[in-house]
Amino acid sequence: MFLAARDSVRDVVFVDGVRTPFGKAKGVYAETRSDDLIVKVIRELLRRNPSLPAERIDEVAIAATTQIGDQGLTIGRTAGILSGLPRSVPGYAIDRMCAGAVTAVTTTASAIAIGAYDVAIAGGVEHMGRHPMGEAVDPNPRFVSEQLVDLSALVMGQTAENVHDRYPKITKARVDAYALASQQKVAKAYANGWIQPDLVPVAGRHAESGWELVTADEPPRPDTTVAGLAGLKTPFRPHGRVTAGNSAGINDGATGCVLAAADVAEELGLTAKMSLVGFGFAGVEPHVMGIGPIPSTQKALARTGLSIDDIGLFELNEAFAVQVLAFLDHFGISDDDPRVNPYGGAIALGHPLAASGVRLMTQLARQFAEHPEVRYGLTAMCVGLGMGATTIWANPHFGTAANTSQAADRTGEAA
Amino acid sequence: MTSTDTPALEYPGEVVTQAHVRYVTLPDVAGPIALITLDNGLDHTRPSTFGPAGLRNLLAAMDEIETHAPAVAAIAVTGKPFVFSVGADLSFRTSFTDPQAVRPAIHAFSELGHAAMRRIGAGRLHGRKVPTFALVNGAALGGGLELALHCDYRAVSAAVRTLALPEVFLGLVPGWGGTQLLPNLVGADTAVTIAVANPLSQNRMLNAGQAAELGLADVLLEPADFLEEALRWAGRVIRGEIDPAAARTPVRRGQAWADAVTRGRALADAKLHGAAPAAYRALQLIELAETADLDAGLAAEADALADVAVTEELVASLYAFDLVQKRAKRPVGGPDKALARPVTKVGVVGAGLMASQLAALFAQRLEVPVVLTDIDQTRLDAGVAAVHAEMDNLLAKKKLSPDRASRLKASVTGSLTKDVFADADLVIEAVFEDLAVKRKVLAELEAVVSPTALLLTNTSALSISAMASELTHPERVAGLHFFNPVAVLPLVEVVRGKQTDDAAIATTLAVVKKLKKNAVLTTDTPAFALNRLLVRFMDEVLGAIENGTPPAEADQAPEPLGLPMSPLALLELVGPPIVLHVAETLHAAYPDRFGKPEGLARLVAAGRANVHAGTGDSRKIDQQAAELLRVQTGGDTPVLTGEQVREAALAALAEEIRILLDDGVVAEAADVDLSLILGAGWPFHLGGITPYLDRTGISEKVTGRRFSPPGVATIS
Repeated sequence: MFLAARDSVRDVVFVDGVRTPFGKAKGVYAETRSDDLIVKVIRELLRRNPSLPAERIDEVAIAATTQIGDQGLTIGRTAGILSGLPRSVPGYAIDRMCAGAVTAVTTTASAIAIGAYDVAIAGGVEHMGRHPMGEAVDPNPRFVSEQLVDLSALVMGQTAENVHDRYPKITKARVDAYALASQQKVAKAYANGWIQPDLVPVAGRHAESGWELVTADEPPRPDTTVAGLAGLKTPFRPHGRVTAGNSAGINDGATGCVLAAADVAEELGLTAKMSLVGFGFAGVEPHVMGIGPIPSTQKALARTGLSIDDIGLFELNEAFAVQVLAFLDHFGISDDDPRVNPYGGAIALGHPLAASGVRLMTQLARQFAEHPEVRYGLTAMCVGLGMGATTIWANPHFGTAANTSQAADRTGEAA
Repeated sequence: MTSTDTPALEYPGEVVTQAHVRYVTLPDVAGPIALITLDNGLDHTRPSTFGPAGLRNLLAAMDEIETHAPAVAAIAVTGKPFVFSVGADLSFRTSFTDPQAVRPAIHAFSELGHAAMRRIGAGRLHGRKVPTFALVNGAALGGGLELALHCDYRAVSAAVRTLALPEVFLGLVPGWGGTQLLPNLVGADTAVTIAVANPLSQNRMLNAGQAAELGLADVLLEPADFLEEALRWAGRVIRGEIDPAAARTPVRRGQAWADAVTRGRALADAKLHGAAPAAYRALQLIELAETADLDAGLAAEADALADVAVTEELVASLYAFDLVQKRAKRPVGGPDKALARPVTKVGVVGAGLMASQLAALFAQRLEVPVVLTDIDQTRLDAGVAAVHAEMDNLLAKKKLSPDRASRLKASVTGSLTKDVFADADLVIEAVFEDLAVKRKVLAELEAVVSPTALLLTNTSALSISAMASELTHPERVAGLHFFNPVAVLPLVEVVRGKQTDDAAIATTLAVVKKLKKNAVLTTDTPAFALNRLLVRFMDEVLGAIENGTPPAEADQAPEPLGLPMSPLALLELVGPPIVLHVAETLHAAYPDRFGKPEGLARLVAAGRANVHAGTGDSRKIDQQAAELLRVQTGGDTPVLTGEQVREAALAALAEEIRILLDDGVVAEAADVDLSLILGAGWPFHLGGITPYLDRTGISEKVTGRRFSPPGVATIS
């Protein structure tokens, strides 16, 4: 066994996370490459953490769902080179579709825990404008001939309708109300300056109109209304429930974070914004992939010895409002529980598939600083082909005096 | 700014650069930043330039910015990916067919540029001053760099490798403020370096690091997130957190300024001997910039640009530039490229100086095994060692990585026997210049190589056809004539023998392209094209010396042309024995035009490699050499003055070029000019030479006709 893990595994901390503002497909990043997006994130992480020597980074794990073109060529390695990291720093690419960045975190964190790495960068990127969902996929014909999966399993919107079928209590009115709340929470978070500190500005080029500087998410629709949501089409099923308004959009963006062994973070003077407690992945029937976070969370709780009641903050990816509500119903949490997605979620902010996982963590880290009364938080998300991904984190500020987000911004240090 | 009689500037062929305006917000900056993107809508292979419409777009952008609400806090200009702007669209000048229209149009074009760039740089919006920034993300040449100079502050991407004011290289002067703004930013001495010395030194350009060192850039930022970080930096300047202007080196005026201009004049004299006006006009403008207010300085600049725009030197330069940019890359008269055969191994016969230079070049550019052969082990070892030493030298200069040096050294080997050429696709011989020796070598090669292997000879004067005549496959023999030093001079003559087939020529041209050389195709005539012309020219000078013209006077006779070196300096560079060999060949072939090189023969017989003695200012023609060159034929041949020597040499050149063209040695006069420019460094302002011979009437006087019609490479 690795020397560092001979007696025990090491604690892993989340040092810092940033992301690009998210864009709408064909929007602000229409002419910007995916690899350029992740490069901005990596460089910002290094700028924000000047005490981290780049040569101490042991791995760059970057997720992308469609690993083609500017998301191909082992993007973790190309991104490292393009970011100007020393050539001695290796990198690789990861894919677990929507849970790509989560998997980048859990995989590198595991390697840190056993002593293989001291410091890693983990993140994800998805440019759904350049790489539409399902680009160049080639499903094995056995899926059909042997009826291995329901045909609807490859169309995410249809899987969301299937979740509605399974849980008739989750009505169209409930999902629309949830979606509206997500938009309102994001608008409030922006107004309060809770989102912006973890965004890296990106210059987006447009051949027809010139460069712009993207400093805020493009997808949010703060003027959303109940009536407006009610009138939207249900593209996945006639008279269905899933609309563009109660789902995440088609988006472009990149995220990344620095993970480190707790002792190494201390040695290098790096902040520990969160401490990893554990994680879980689980599979479900592909045609109801939205319920994946339920078993993955059960697994993560069971293996960390925690119960759902120990969790003080939830960052749930809102691929579809229905899958969030299925999760909340399962665990007996109300639709408007303030512990859930306090800054809003993907319905408003967008969901660039493989990038989203680290956004959840970055927001959770910021909320930890504001909520020293909270000891544990989790992130969870559903994954295509029927999976769920959950991470559980401990709050290093637990038990200290409350910090305002402003103070946390200024010092980057709250413990 | 523009006067009332300004002609309407229209250029239908313009690739118009747009000036897109977007507004960006920066933290803790009140009001948006207007970000102008210069973009001609094409990729980096067609960089953005300014024609009249492009300049008007700059003004339109400012109109929009002025009316924007909320009021902007600053103005920044940047470019499309990899390009800031490469300045004026040169085709605007060449689009004029009526010479009378040029001067007023160029004057107005300069004034329009002044108006547009001053307006952006000044940042005056309804009387309110806002800071202006050039965010130089890519190539900035000429007017592009001038636009950056108009701005208050400059950030430059560390990846930029092309920053320059190349106008003087082309026979122009910077015409959009460069001559006035640059010396007042970086000092007159640096301005002279950038605007005069660099253009006169093979158009040297600056990279970002050099630009920062010289004070052109206030900050260098890494390319990975250049624009984002440049805007962040601009925010710090706007908020008053940093003051780049305060960090600049103060400009030294008075004597330092005068000294800089003097240095520039000496430099221009050394290169040009007054032969072309642009450098001198640029120096005058830099001189003026010390005291003139900007209005007066820019007015003088517009006048100077309009003046040089109607000079024969400019027209010849633009013609020459076009030859070098286009014709040099696509040799005229070449066969179908598809006929070229692959070359995966190269043989070099001989291990002397030329052979090892060739081996080094082939190894580096073709990246295939190269084998040298020689019958003498010691010479062979020395030849291979010379190539290896060159690789080590490049390694030491960091022009090669250790891995690449290791690869290249391993790829060059030696052999005492020619059987190593059995699998070579190309063998070039560089043995002693003797027909019998070369025939023997080719016969030996043919016995070893495959029937399609290309056999090349690096002869400078012998007949390719004669060399190949006894071979079974003479069709695969061609001449590949390099010029010394091989690594430096871009020209090679590709010589087609009587029996050479298209596949051999196509393969040779493909190889030349890979060698990053420029080919001119010639027929198999004595000394081919360039040496024949240079020796004809030199022959007139040497003939005059033989007849009693003082060597120094004869040697300096061509100075007013602004050639890169005097005839005797060229003789030394090439080496008297080689020149003698070529001169004797030409005398034997054309005794009525090429004299018997008696003085040169005496010089060579005396074993002299040089004509001059001493170095630097004390460099003079050596007395003993002068006596060897002066034959004193006696008789009543008049002793020519320097001026007469020059006239005779130019007349001889005109005659020889005419015969060369009539005999079809090269395809067109343009090939002669290209050869002189790339193989002998003859200046752009002569257009090589035929534009000069046309515009001075020499070609008509000597040959009864011009080389090109008026308007092609001359005004009249």
